[in-house]
Amino acid sequence: MKNCKKVLLVVSTLWVMFFSLLLPQSLVAAQNSFEQDVAALAAVKKMRDKEAIINRLAASIDPRALAVLQAMQKSQLYYRKADRQLLYAQYQDKQMRISDVLSAEDLGLVKKSTIKKISINNKLRNQMRALLAQRMLLHKDATIRLKAARDLSQNIDAKNKAVIERALAAEQDAKVIEALVGASALIGLQSPLEADRLLAIIKLEGSSNKLAMAKLTAMVEQDDSGVYAEPSDKVRTAAAAQLKKMQGAAEFFGFLENLFFGVSYGSVLLLAAVGLAITFGVMGVINMAHGEMIMLGAYTTYVVQLIMPNFIEYSLLVAIPAAFLVSGAMGVLIERTVIRHLYGRPLETLLATFGISLVLQQLVRSIFTPLNKSVITPEWLSGSMEINGFLSLTYNRLYIIIFSIMVLLALIYILKKTFVGLQMRAVTQNRAMANSMGIRAGWVDALTFGLGSGIAGIAGVALSQLTNVGPNLGQAYIIDSFMVVVFGGVGNLLGTFFAALSLGIANKFIEPVAGAVLAKIIVLIFIVLFIQWRPRGLFAIKGRFVED
Amino acid sequence: MTAPLTSPPSFLAGDIGGKRLLMVLLAAAVFVPMLNLAVPEGSLFHVSSYTLTLLGKYLCLALLALSVDLIWGYCGILSLGHGAFFTLGGYAFGMYLMRQIGDRGVYGNAELPDFMVFLDWQELPWYWSGFDNFGFAMLMVLVVPSVLAFVFGWLAFRSRVTGVYFSIITQALTYALLLAFFRNDMGFGGNNGLTDFKEVLGYSLQSEYTRAVLFSLSALSLGLFYLLFRWIVSSKLGRVLIAIRDAESRTRFTGYKVEYYKLFVFVLSAAVAGVAGALYVPQVGIINPGEFSPLNSIEVVVWVAIGGRGTLYGAVIGAVIVNYAKTYFTGAMPEVWLFMLGGLFVVSTIYLPKGVVGVFQQYQQRKLASAAKTQTAEAT
Repeated sequence: MKNCKKVLLVVSTLWVMFFSLLLPQSLVAAQNSFEQDVAALAAVKKMRDKEAIINRLAASIDPRALAVLQAMQKSQLYYRKADRQLLYAQYQDKQMRISDVLSAEDLGLVKKSTIKKISINNKLRNQMRALLAQRMLLHKDATIRLKAARDLSQNIDAKNKAVIERALAAEQDAKVIEALVGASALIGLQSPLEADRLLAIIKLEGSSNKLAMAKLTAMVEQDDSGVYAEPSDKVRTAAAAQLKKMQGAAEFFGFLENLFFGVSYGSVLLLAAVGLAITFGVMGVINMAHGEMIMLGAYTTYVVQLIMPNFIEYSLLVAIPAAFLVSGAMGVLIERTVIRHLYGRPLETLLATFGISLVLQQLVRSIFTPLNKSVITPEWLSGSMEINGFLSLTYNRLYIIIFSIMVLLALIYILKKTFVGLQMRAVTQNRAMANSMGIRAGWVDALTFGLGSGIAGIAGVALSQLTNVGPNLGQAYIIDSFMVVVFGGVGNLLGTFFAALSLGIANKFIEPVAGAVLAKIIVLIFIVLFIQWRPRGLFAIKGRFVED
Repeated sequence: MTAPLTSPPSFLAGDIGGKRLLMVLLAAAVFVPMLNLAVPEGSLFHVSSYTLTLLGKYLCLALLALSVDLIWGYCGILSLGHGAFFTLGGYAFGMYLMRQIGDRGVYGNAELPDFMVFLDWQELPWYWSGFDNFGFAMLMVLVVPSVLAFVFGWLAFRSRVTGVYFSIITQALTYALLLAFFRNDMGFGGNNGLTDFKEVLGYSLQSEYTRAVLFSLSALSLGLFYLLFRWIVSSKLGRVLIAIRDAESRTRFTGYKVEYYKLFVFVLSAAVAGVAGALYVPQVGIINPGEFSPLNSIEVVVWVAIGGRGTLYGAVIGAVIVNYAKTYFTGAMPEVWLFMLGGLFVVSTIYLPKGVVGVFQQYQQRKLASAAKTQTAEAT
């Protein structure tokens, strides 16, 4: 046994020595060949010659080879007519900006007529796409590998099989593996051999590849004359079983996705309604201009982005406090000038604030024109988080869920834990007593109203990322907001939270069945009926604070 | 000739504003069409057809305001969805007018209205049957809003949904109807609504005589419903309604079934709103879901508030004033109108709690008081 080990050791050292001798040379050779290939590419004319060079480039380990292939794919590879030097070129001001392929050195602007494109035909282009995919499958960046793997699922080609298997062996990233397995299974399903197809179906276990699902569906279908697309019974039963499993998974994740949409729509409702829960729920003031406070917040976001066009990424962070201040100040102004005179006359308050909402809408229309304004979505809010092939969560919705919960928690904290919040609660519970304890009730009223309006402004910032910013933005949410507050129970933030979420989820689950408009109507009717049953909402305040 | 042949009914005694309104309406019903038809164009006294139609429109809206004042001014029910009943009445009559088009539509289909042909419908939906008949359509003008008001009111009043809660759910009601009627599947013409009407009872809607008759009908029905409402509010029933407005719980504890009174007056008001809508549609020539918009319903409440809540004739005055201002300003300077309307909401609630009528009454009382003062001063 000992001898055996020794022999192994010797052999392996020999191997290492052999390779260490070989390696630098092969690298040099590769470099040389890359430069030769580059030179050749500018010289040859025949497509067959180009094909050979492209194959060599694809096999080359020189990192620059990938860039050359990609440029050729995008028709950005040229050569200079004068000295047949290979160049990258891009249009710039009707001229071409060129750079050297080998050194990546910028060679400035030249006239288009002095250079010529390396032309390729469709056959070469297709071939190159597969070659590029192969190379990218081994790229060190996981996102590039993932994209390449998905590309292979789109362009199914049995020739890629070996490449995929090789990439699979080396792959660590779960998502890339999943995509590769999908691609490999798709190739397998195309195979004329029954065993290959069966193997491919087994491989699809746990996969969420939608293309594979479509393929399986096609396999188990009959054509008009009753002939199955898949000739083998065995494969067909396996395919049907696998398809059923995948459909089950798709349904489950579809349910999760609906739930996610519902929760995110509920969070939007929550954001829109939580300010109203303060002004209506806590103070008992019907503020029909609440929607316009939301609108002001959205327009504040627009203005902030106008002011700082170079810092769009951070604009929302500035817009949130700015919108709070703008809408909050407007709220205080309204409270001091109008609502103060109307306490105890809820119907009149409703009408007066409705008048204010008309004025604010027209004001915005006069200043910003009635056209919708586009608010830019920062980079970090766009895109989506992909869980698997069936489920992906968009970041803006995800952030809105988090954001609305943060706002709710902050609000609860202010009301329950701060001195101002204590005063607010005191005034709403017993105004006369609070007054005689030295609390300036008028001042607290203005502050409470300002708080509710300011939060509406913050909701406007969030909504500016989801919908169009226009003068009617607020109107779309005012009735919904009231429904949420009434449904949840007036004067109860927790009730507002549950009401918003359940209405949001209900809406999104009815929508696919009945359509968006009908879903909304059904929910409205449901609330109207619900109020009959529990006139004071889900979480009614009980006890001595309940009026009349 | 010791006693006048027709003495005014007792419930009109003391209602000076109401009597004046009735006289104006009667005079308008007779003279405005005459001035339109008999007086040649170019004369100083000629009323153009445009003005006639416009005035007719105001009268329909005034009828709507009257119906809102009955429930808000006398029973304290603030409905922010009364436009829904108005529009439903309008749609019911509009459906009759649509059936009257027959095969004169753009597509020339005798069986189906144009929009259904356009949407490729094969047959008339069941709920359109019967609308060829004028009597049935008129019945529906009353029945559809009443049934909706009955169901809605029964549910709401029974569970004692009052005050702003009621206002908000009525708003939700009209909003839901707005969304529903915008759908093409509903079979009411989607967002274009019903339009392109030709004739009513065989008389062309383009004819000046038809328009004049429609105007007179609007004026007369406004007068008739004014009488009906005045009779109701000055009867014992009316006193109960006022009691409910001022102290609902006490009225209930006194033994009155508050829900039934409220339900009665709400359904009646909805039916009258439906009639207003039915008179409105042939004069304006179109009915579309935009009329369901919550803004329209709230505007009606402002007309009542501006005119003077709880006076009935104040509602009519308010409706005419505000709508005239609307016509004028949306033509002359459209960007100012919403500022004005918004301002009206605020001003009327804070500074004019009793409306224009209230200001006038105050002025008269002050005059009377100062007259009495001078009298006593002269006597001494």
